[in-house]
Amino acid sequence: MKMANLAINHINKSFGNLTVLKDIDIAIEDGEFLVLVGPSGCGKSTLLSIIAGLDDHTSGSITIDGKSVQGLEPKERDIAMVFQSYALYPAMTVEQNIGFSLEMSKMPKPERLERVGKVADLLQIRHLLKRRPGQLSGGQRQRVAMGRALVREPKIFLFDEPLSNLDAKLRVEMRTEIKKLHQRLGATIVYVTHDQIEAMTMATRIAVMKDGILQQFGTPEDIYDRPANVFVATFMGSPPMNLLPAVIVDGSQGLSIQGADAMLPVPFSAVTRAPQGKKVLLGIRPEWLSLASTSTYQPTLDLYVEVVEPTGPDIFVALRLGEREIMGRLPTGSRTRVGEKARFAVDLSKAVLFDAETGIAI
Amino acid sequence: MSLQLDAESAAILSPGIDLRISRILGRYFVYGCLVVLAAIFLAPLISMLFTSLKSMDEIRSGNILSFPKALTFEAWQHVWGSACIGVTCGGLKGYFGNSFLIVVPATLISVGFGALNGFVFANWRFRGDHILFGLILFGCFIPLQIVLIPMAGLLGVLHLAGTIPGLVLVHVVYGICFTTMFFRNYFVTIPAEIFKAARIDGAGFWAVFVRILLPISWPIVMVSIIWQFTGVWNDFLFGVSFAAGSSQPVTVALNNLVNTSTGTKAYNEDMAAAMIAALPTIIIYVAAGRYFLRGLMAGAVKG
Repeated sequence: MKMANLAINHINKSFGNLTVLKDIDIAIEDGEFLVLVGPSGCGKSTLLSIIAGLDDHTSGSITIDGKSVQGLEPKERDIAMVFQSYALYPAMTVEQNIGFSLEMSKMPKPERLERVGKVADLLQIRHLLKRRPGQLSGGQRQRVAMGRALVREPKIFLFDEPLSNLDAKLRVEMRTEIKKLHQRLGATIVYVTHDQIEAMTMATRIAVMKDGILQQFGTPEDIYDRPANVFVATFMGSPPMNLLPAVIVDGSQGLSIQGADAMLPVPFSAVTRAPQGKKVLLGIRPEWLSLASTSTYQPTLDLYVEVVEPTGPDIFVALRLGEREIMGRLPTGSRTRVGEKARFAVDLSKAVLFDAETGIAI
Repeated sequence: MSLQLDAESAAILSPGIDLRISRILGRYFVYGCLVVLAAIFLAPLISMLFTSLKSMDEIRSGNILSFPKALTFEAWQHVWGSACIGVTCGGLKGYFGNSFLIVVPATLISVGFGALNGFVFANWRFRGDHILFGLILFGCFIPLQIVLIPMAGLLGVLHLAGTIPGLVLVHVVYGICFTTMFFRNYFVTIPAEIFKAARIDGAGFWAVFVRILLPISWPIVMVSIIWQFTGVWNDFLFGVSFAAGSSQPVTVALNNLVNTSTGTKAYNEDMAAAMIAALPTIIIYVAAGRYFLRGLMAGAVKG
């Protein structure tokens, strides 16, 4: 299947005084799986509509395969889209739904039926071809909607929150299935979701958006381990990253945690960039805490265990340090008891520092 | 103390015999009211039907709601085929045909244009679309009497005055306001993503309209057809104003027939003629009334 790179160049969109998208600049290679993620109203769906050609933008350009698609109708952009509500045509059978775009491009019927059949086999919906959308379950409709996109063999697939109408179990199944499909076809995909887990599990590149502004663009590892700012740090990951207000002391070597009588060394990555007296936020993911063994070489904090929540694979522990609450994630079997004070090791090689005023990573 | 509590909770948990009796009485009351109201509503129709099947002698001697003792279809035959209307004595049948010649094209054309207009107003944004739709809506509220004189002038200019095509035109123009509103309000309930999907699939204006929209529009098509059919069929004012002589619709002929009779009033014939004039609308309601209700409710509740 022919695949294409996609470049979103300095896209702006506004309605009168209201700016919906501000200078969005993203480029991906052939076969990448780009996830646009952010809270509702962040402009991710609008961006997808602009890529599809369903919406206009105020300035900037989109290129697919090196060619500008400015002014091209959606059907001329060699894209296919899967919608949140599936948007199947109610009066047509599954076969007609999937084959509709081919019919519109005047493909002869025998060839069309063969293409539809191939897609139906790929998605295991051949037995549903004669049914109408009203007679299908949510998961089956989802497959038909994907079939309608697949049959066109487009350069780029666009997914607009395709899993949010499914129940939790089916959502996980379809997530795996879409990822499998991506690997099998080597397709270029742009996928919009508000679910950070979907973003982490499926993407090869993630673009985190908020209020029409691109917050960070990177691989899932970048986003998770090296968030660019406080918003990304807390939006991605569940439970979210702990943020402890602190001040740099000791000639930029130490961190004094505010609201608690505790000190930690400054994470190595930030030593040269954080002057003494600077107010910062220390970002620690829950799993970067562990129960300290007596021989640990890592810095430690003595934390009071307030709540213990076993989830099965992990135990979430709500901890307290002076006025500060910290969430920890320990492997099952860890010996902690509510009400006791325990010594926790902090993996400062991973910890992130943010400027307390701007929220930007140091 | 504990015994008392148990009795109380038992009374709450299973409704007592008193409660059941009052429920049954309530049900009888509701049905009783409905039967009485239905009877009041049906009485004129039954009276018309019975009277039309009686001879004049029996009408003079009997009760207007009594069942005819000697059934006779003479009155029906007479008004259908040979009653005198004005100076011609050919009965209602010619005018009955006229009404069909007016109703069928007027309904089909206005429903067709209404569907197209509704599609455009629901899904296409263009300059002044809201103003245009507002003006069309406003057309629904223009009283018939106001347009009579300008319309007569227009028909004169078009050389359609006094003809059946002229009446068809008048009804189409007047009906499009209503059908446009019906279709537009129906189409806006269809999720926008379906139209986006169609655009991506490469479907143009007509493909979306014919392949995607029309097949799911039958409830509103039925509503529009019934609305237009009954409205045009029952029209008297336009018919009496714009049709002349042999091109008049059945409503006008009915009026003339009733007014032409000389000597004693032939009630049986008047009733038979009125029944004939009303029959098509009654049949269409009985046959398609449930679609009418369903269509009016469509969009009110999702699913």
